[in-house]
Amino acid sequence: MSEALFNELTVFVLALFIGVEVISKVPTTLHTPLMSATNAIHGIVLVGAILVAGTSDAPFNAVVGVILVILASLNVFGGFTVTERMLEMFKPRAAVIKKDSP
Amino acid sequence: MVGVAVNPVNVAYLVTGVLFILGLRYLSSPRTAVLGNRIAAVGMLVAIIAVLTQGIVGWPIVALGIVIGAVIGIYSGRVVKMTAMPQMVALFNGAGGGAAALVAAGELLKRVNAGASLTFDVTFTIMLTSVIGALSFAGSIIAFLKLQEVMTGRPITYPGQQIVNALILLLALTGAGFVIANVNILTWYWIALGAALILGVLFVLPIGGADMPVVISLLNSFTGLAAAATGFVLQNNVLIIAGALVGASGTLLTLLMGKAMNRSITNVLFGAFGAVKEGGPAASSTAGQNVRSVAADDVAALCAYANVVIVVPGYGMAVAQAQHSVRELADQLEKRGVEVKYAIHPVAGRMPGHMNVLLAEANVPYTALYDMDDINPEFERTDVALVIGANDVTNPAARSDKSSPIYGMPILDVDKAANIIVLKRSMKPGFAGIDNPLYDDPKTALLFGDAKKSIDAVISAVKAL
Repeated sequence: MSEALFNELTVFVLALFIGVEVISKVPTTLHTPLMSATNAIHGIVLVGAILVAGTSDAPFNAVVGVILVILASLNVFGGFTVTERMLEMFKPRAAVIKKDSP
Repeated sequence: MVGVAVNPVNVAYLVTGVLFILGLRYLSSPRTAVLGNRIAAVGMLVAIIAVLTQGIVGWPIVALGIVIGAVIGIYSGRVVKMTAMPQMVALFNGAGGGAAALVAAGELLKRVNAGASLTFDVTFTIMLTSVIGALSFAGSIIAFLKLQEVMTGRPITYPGQQIVNALILLLALTGAGFVIANVNILTWYWIALGAALILGVLFVLPIGGADMPVVISLLNSFTGLAAAATGFVLQNNVLIIAGALVGASGTLLTLLMGKAMNRSITNVLFGAFGAVKEGGPAASSTAGQNVRSVAADDVAALCAYANVVIVVPGYGMAVAQAQHSVRELADQLEKRGVEVKYAIHPVAGRMPGHMNVLLAEANVPYTALYDMDDINPEFERTDVALVIGANDVTNPAARSDKSSPIYGMPILDVDKAANIIVLKRSMKPGFAGIDNPLYDDPKTALLFGDAKKSIDAVISAVKAL
């Protein structure tokens, strides 16, 4: 294993711990939006997809390249849209009452 | 001071990583959660802009791909019904996993084409990404088909299933081994990738129904790990950080749900819950012999003159899309001074927190929703427990009957309420095919029919009182 890979592994392990720390504070009520938000976040592979499909030494033909970028982009945009929709619905009692009364 | 040239793109990636962490941090309260999601989205935008400065020449491919993906993603994300959310999340998850595997495949082809030497670092991380990504892609597609009810949601099992799975896993690992050893690289690569895809299909097939939240969450974690592995391949920290965050989150949620069902994750994945007794006990048992059924009018009177009513929603509420009616009924009852609370079992529904989202959609304030541990002591003081399309999570056999497959699973103590009303479509047993002695309890009355129609009937009856 090269030193570069080991350094990356260090970043990975530390990020895992941050992940556990941050996620464990999310209440059950928000577990579905949490899952959906993290689902959107792994859409970060879009960065990799652009690097692989868009550079001059791209290994794929145009069709495969476009499909690759579509998959990752679908993950990003769909993920954040769905999460936003879910979260907009969460309201405390006061806000619910205010909204309903004319 | 001696300046070290810092690549601005890496600075942008660091900003993205920080924004993702902050975004998740803000997700810990319903008040700030919308902001959290937006912060994460801004982080994503920063990373995408940064990568576009990296010597991209295939603009038509990149632009077309992003635009098509965005249009489909935003459109389907907007129009999808709240009840169909689990399969939508599964689909997006599969797309991410597939993209990760393709990125790794592309990197391998790139290096093989260039005649570059393939070190352990390169091949190992490429295989890791490909296998996990492909597994997640295929598994998510099957999960989607099951949840969308294109195929049966019940576990699909056959003899020797686990041996077949083990052999295919072995094939995938062997292929990966040969690629890492630089033997017939491309041939073995495609074999390993194919094996991983098949394994993804086969590993989700035997899992069904109430175990789906665990699988969805696990697949989410897989795609996160695949994204992190992609980061190792591309030596890109933002992918590593984001992937690790998702991997940690998915794993944590998976373990939490396993704990809520008092089952290990291996048992969920390989136990084929509910398939064991298929078609068996329901016919022969005595359960369902002495159930008492009631009319909507009686339910209305019982609830309207109660002090406290606890609503226990389950997947049946989602199927019948009854959440709006449930909320309307609660409004009617509250007008009459009845206190209405909602008891949410950790694994009710088809994804973690499924019921919370559905009730939120119907404008039920999240402050009225209670977790299992908080609500269980309240059932003793409750006049009516209204069970809507929930079954196994209310089954008292989990407490007392050692022979029951769900023995030991923490349940909602609805049987301690003074009256129990169960809304059910028929006497068919729940997903797990297990008898529920709750229905034979003299305090229990069943209101048969579609949950939404039943509740609407109760609402009219309450109004008429």
